[in-house]
Amino acid sequence: MNARFNPRGVWTVYRAEMARMRRTFWQSIATPVITTILYFVVFGGAVGSHMHSVQGVGYGAFIVPGLIMLTLLTQSISNASVGFYFPIFTKAIFEILSAPLSAFETVTAYVGAAATKSVLLGLIILITASFFIKLQILHPVWMVAFMLLTSITFSLFGFIIGIWARNFEQLSIIPAIIVTPLTFLGGAFYSIDMLPEPWRTLNLFNPVVYLISGFRWSFYGAADVRVMTSLACTLGFMAACLAAIWWIFRTGYRLKP
Amino acid sequence: MSSIITVSGLRKAYDTGFVALDGVDLDIAKGEIFALLGPNGAGKTTLISIICGLVRASAGEVRIDGHEINREYRAARSAIGLVPQDISLEIFATVWDTVRFSRGLFGLKPDNGFIETLLRDLTLWDKRHARILELSGGMKRRVMIAKALAHEPKLLFLDEPTAGVDVNLRRDMWVLVRSLRQRGVTIILTTHYIQEAEEMADRVGVIADGKLLLVEQTAALMHRFGKRRLRLELARPLAEIPASLSRWNLELAEDGRCLVYHFDANTTENGVQDLLRALGELGLDFTDLETGRSSLEDIFLTLVEQKA
Repeated sequence: MNARFNPRGVWTVYRAEMARMRRTFWQSIATPVITTILYFVVFGGAVGSHMHSVQGVGYGAFIVPGLIMLTLLTQSISNASVGFYFPIFTKAIFEILSAPLSAFETVTAYVGAAATKSVLLGLIILITASFFIKLQILHPVWMVAFMLLTSITFSLFGFIIGIWARNFEQLSIIPAIIVTPLTFLGGAFYSIDMLPEPWRTLNLFNPVVYLISGFRWSFYGAADVRVMTSLACTLGFMAACLAAIWWIFRTGYRLKP
Repeated sequence: MSSIITVSGLRKAYDTGFVALDGVDLDIAKGEIFALLGPNGAGKTTLISIICGLVRASAGEVRIDGHEINREYRAARSAIGLVPQDISLEIFATVWDTVRFSRGLFGLKPDNGFIETLLRDLTLWDKRHARILELSGGMKRRVMIAKALAHEPKLLFLDEPTAGVDVNLRRDMWVLVRSLRQRGVTIILTTHYIQEAEEMADRVGVIADGKLLLVEQTAALMHRFGKRRLRLELARPLAEIPASLSRWNLELAEDGRCLVYHFDANTTENGVQDLLRALGELGLDFTDLETGRSSLEDIFLTLVEQKA
């Protein structure tokens, strides 16, 4: 370890977190993949076959970016929050806090692992979708960029929840009652142009609209809102999460009395 | 000998207003075994937690091997191994993985040979592939120690290491502590088993209400505060102590069947001979005689009671 950075320490935590995903294969990988396949079968196949195209794309293909984004959001939050809350719950967190790791290194390790898991899941779902639906990706670099940005941003958000939560109920309450509804309302299964006023305008206050819209644009070149607005919205939320984490480590909130 | 820990004016007041530490100054020399004694809530764990970076101090300074714990936290923390009071482990990990994890956290290259030796020393080698949840409480405690030693620290904190463990493990732990000291590791332990401190520690610190009441060589402390006791079992019970024996300040115990005499262990003129002669003159026969020495526990209780 050098005096300025502890890369082996970061790698150790990252690898341990990734090992946890392998240990919990069914919960971490199989369950979200099976759930997403069911969405394709029900919405893409059964319902979608009776629907017109949306934004010039077949309905089955239209919902793919939304479903991937739904997975990225929920899994990033879940992976990061559980990943950091569990050692707090078992009190094993003392080992991390008393190790020669900076706050930046600790966050990098936990958020990096959570984001990696989410991106892997997103890619698995994308590959799975390609077996059911003919996909096109017009802007692959932007697609990867949106995937990475979203995974990192919501892993940071999950990390904050992991520190804030006092019990397992609080750990799941924000993803369950805020994130999942916002994702469903944010255009995962429809274009927000399909909503009547004032619901369409109201939905523009939903940040997930911008994430899904930008991500869908990278696939099909069509979006509900301008792509730069989507990017700015994602970066803005990331900055807010980073500011919150900086404050947590500066004050020791819930970590160091 | 140079200090490995220097604590100056350390104070900790929690948000609730509770003052856990109130101006603690302490120096620990390299290679010594130091026992920190104190009643529950005295500030022992808070002191250890601040030194290890788990709790933020309200005021004061801590240096580990010359490194200030906040500005030079990497160097300071690298020197420390901590075995906390509670068993806190990732229950699904294996023994081998969790010990390797601890070494990696401190930025050290994997060293399977070192970890094998460590696990063998702690009789954990046969359990290396077992998951933590499959282990007994005593085994988990050994894993905690293995994790704390995985990065070869210069300084080891043992917070109540033998609380709730069986006799075998306690004995093994004492052997381990002595062997670590031989290798130059400084050991700081808190314990409720004062006998443990008496037998192992070079120096003892007594803390109560967030203040260090004293820090002294264990032997010197025993010598300074030590009392001896003479217990005489009488052939016939006494209703009261005869007036002619009043200068010995005796205690009548066990319904008049026992006379107890406390005297200073450090003087030769302790009055025992005179007392025995006086008893003979009074015709007070005794059937048994027993002498004892006050333990560190007695001294500790005396000090804490004096403070209260």
